[in-house]
Parts: sequence; C-alpha cells; structure tokens
Amino acid sequence: MRIEPKTGNTVAESGCFRAAPVIQPDGTCVKPGMMGFVSAAVTGAATPHCCPATPPRHVRLVRWPVFAFNAVMQDSSSPAAEAASSLDDLLLAVGRRRDRAAFAALFERVAPRLKAFLRRQGCDAGQAEELVQEVMLVVWRRAELFDPARATATTWIFTVARNRRLDALRRESRPEIDPGDPMLVPDPVEWADHRLETAQSAGRLRAALDDLPPEQADLVRLAYFEDKPHTTIAAERGLPLGTVKSRVRLALERLRKVLREPS
Amino acid sequence: MSLPTHHPGDALLMDYASGSLGEGPALVVASHAALCPGCRCAVAEMEAVGGALLESIEPDPLSPGCLDRLLARLDEDGPEPPPPVRRPPAPQRRAAADGPLLPEPLRSYIGGCPDALRWRPMLPGIRVAEIPLTVGSARLIRIAGGTGVPQHSHDGVELAMVLQGGFSDAFGHYLRGDVAVGDDTIDHRPLADPEGCLCLSVTMGTLRLTGPVGRFLNPFLRL
Ligand SMILES: [Zn+2]
Repeated sequence: MRIEPKTGNTVAESGCFRAAPVIQPDGTCVKPGMMGFVSAAVTGAATPHCCPATPPRHVRLVRWPVFAFNAVMQDSSSPAAEAASSLDDLLLAVGRRRDRAAFAALFERVAPRLKAFLRRQGCDAGQAEELVQEVMLVVWRRAELFDPARATATTWIFTVARNRRLDALRRESRPEIDPGDPMLVPDPVEWADHRLETAQSAGRLRAALDDLPPEQADLVRLAYFEDKPHTTIAAERGLPLGTVKSRVRLALERLRKVLREPS
Repeated sequence: MSLPTHHPGDALLMDYASGSLGEGPALVVASHAALCPGCRCAVAEMEAVGGALLESIEPDPLSPGCLDRLLARLDEDGPEPPPPVRRPPAPQRRAAADGPLLPEPLRSYIGGCPDALRWRPMLPGIRVAEIPLTVGSARLIRIAGGTGVPQHSHDGVELAMVLQGGFSDAFGHYLRGDVAVGDDTIDHRPLADPEGCLCLSVTMGTLRLTGPVGRFLNPFLRL
C-alpha cells in the first residue's frame, strides 16, 4: 500500500519502495522475514486459544539491500560515515554517546517523513513541524531506551510520534505497556530470537503492505492515518462490526504470512 | 501461572498499536498485554506496521532552519538528559496477601490497592468504582460470588478484563487477564464465579439493557 501524499488516496500498485530481498552469504546483517508466529493465535475475542510454545519455523539469514528509505534520504551535508550508517546505528549512537552529528543525520533522514506522516494525520504544515521537533526532542532524551532487538529505529520513532501526537492533539494520555513492570508476565525465553526477527522484518513488511487488497489496505490506512478505531469505521461505513474485524484479521494474517514465507 | 485464553482480538490490538484507540479501551488492551506475551508480541508487530508506513510515505521537506532550531533546544536541555522513565510504584502498597496484583499501566491509574477507591453499590452484589482518565472514565466492577449481571446488549462495545476471580457467559469462562468483548451482536448475561470477580471495564459507545430490569438499570450503567 502506498499513500499519496497530496490526496491521501491509497494507491494499489506497488511503489518504488519495494526492494527484493538479497541473501548474502556472510549473514552479517540478519533480516529474517518473520512477521510473527504468535499472532496467528491472537484471533477473535470469542475464540479461546493457547499461546503457542513453538518457536518460528523459518529462521533465515538474509541481508537486505539498503532500504530505499535510507538511500534516498542521505544527507549531503553530513559526514559520509553518518550518511552511510543505518538509522538503527544513528539512534544507538545518540543513545550511547549523545552524538549530535548522529542526531542531526537521523533528523535529516527521519524528520521529512515524520512531517508527511503527521500531515496525513491532519496536522497543518506549521503544527506538523512543531510536532516533529517535539518528537525529535523526545528521541534525543530517550534514545538510550531504544533496543534494536525489539524494534527498528523507524518503528521506535513511530511509537514516540504516536504518543506525542495523542498528548498534543487529542490531549489524552497513552496507557503504555511497561516492559519493566514486575507484574508483567514475561515472554517465554524461546521467543528472544523471534523478537529480533520482528524488529528486522521492515522491508518485507513494506512490500506486504503494498500488496494488500484495497478494502484491507483501507482499514490499515484509516487506523494509522485517520485516527479511526475499527468501531468508528464500522459505524461510518455502515458495515457490521464482524465484517470490519474479519477484514482486519485477514489483513494481518496476510502480512504475517508473507513475512513467514522463506525468501 | 496460566496465560489468558480470551484476547482482545486483532482489530483492537491494531487500534491500540496505531494510536487510534481511545484512552479507556487502550487501558484495557495494555493491561491485558502485560499479562499476555502473545498479544504483546502482536502489538509489537503492529507497531512495526506503523514503522513500515512511516518508511513508505513520501517525505515532506521541513522549512529551512528547523534542524538548527532543534539543535539549539538540545543545548537548552543541558548536557545531561533527564532520567528516562518513571519507575512504577511498588506493586502492593497495602493490599492483602490474597489481593489482586494489578499490572501496569492500570496500577499507575489507580494505585496498588482497589480497596482504597470510592466504591458505590449499583445492584445487590455489584459494586462500582470509577477510574478517572484524562478523557472520560473507566471503572472497576466487583461482582459477588454467584451474582449474575442483568441481561444487556451494547450499542457500542464493552470491554471487560478480569483482574481477580472469574465469570462465565455464553462464550466461556473468563479468568485473570481474560478480556470479554461485548458488541452489538451479543446479548449476554455474565455470571460471577463462586469466589466473585473483580473486573476492569470500559464502554465505547452506549450500553443498552434489554430486560425489564435492564430498562431501569440503564441510567446507572451509563457512567
Ligand atoms: Zn492476549
């Protein structure tokens, strides 16, 4: 799924961000294409299930080409080293060393997309730029909490932006899962690898989003860009709740399936 | 310890991960996820969907000087960053040994001890305590052992998560961590287990009671 920046329409054809995976023999950069094996178990509310105890079947060592994202967003004013670094590396450098050059490079590459994202969510240009600055300020302050085994830098920044936007625009607090909570039921130890896979499956996930059927892509777009929970979508579109839920389920099954296929 | 068997479902998890879910239902989903590694993992995946959408969007260049202004703000921030996050309060302030263990983020909203809240009777065997949110409210419901909640259906969606004890309805038996999702397709009457039940409950939309007692109750339930 590709979002037209001006019209907001979902474009069904796949865009330039689809990059075919390339398997490298060295396997230094692990990008196994796994969306997640557990979520197949997370089905409808009335369907009891047990959480699976089996680890993912496919663990492949795949090296991704530099994402189109990274390639097109190189900052010519940054030192070459920063321009060539992955976003994860830049964010880690900010977290570990308060590295301002890395932060500036991160900003150059992420901020224009953050601005576009916030504008798609209904901010005007000035509001979006102000929010981008606030989001990046939080990124600067909290970068040491970034764990590349749990999420990519972009996903982590997405969550920061999501929470900041709720606070600034909806004036709502975000009830957050606290991974450090002693009451939290911990992940089974055998999931540790899987977490890393989820964190690193970004390229395949983008391709899978491009390929979603329009009615499923539409639901994803409404939830992530238009701030509409599925109950609101059902009411506005005059669709039964069950229909909306099953479309969401189909969309997510599709994303997981594509990501579970061996490349 | 057993894991939950009734989950919020993909649609609510996606709403939570995308940020489109309101604060009340998000409190239920996040508190369930604290007790359910499977849903936590699903949320992480759906956040990765958000990350992929952010990567796929056409960039919109910022006005000149934006980065410089931000770098100046970093200087105002001082060389040392503030401590990253608050630590959660002690899990149990004064709850009895058999008291419910409340997970985050619920604990931050009500403290460790539900007994300290202002409870008011709603029906024989049913007491309610309101939890103020930034916007709107959620509530804790205590149902005495063996008490049935009057038959009702929902114009919107009602989420109920068991914190202690359990209840049964037409869809099964709900224990700690389990989430019951009641929507307009369901007309149900939950029955508390013999040891009673403590639930976190939120309503998205209005609740409509269907039985003769229900019409009387309606104003009380619409909190
Ligand atoms: Zn769950």
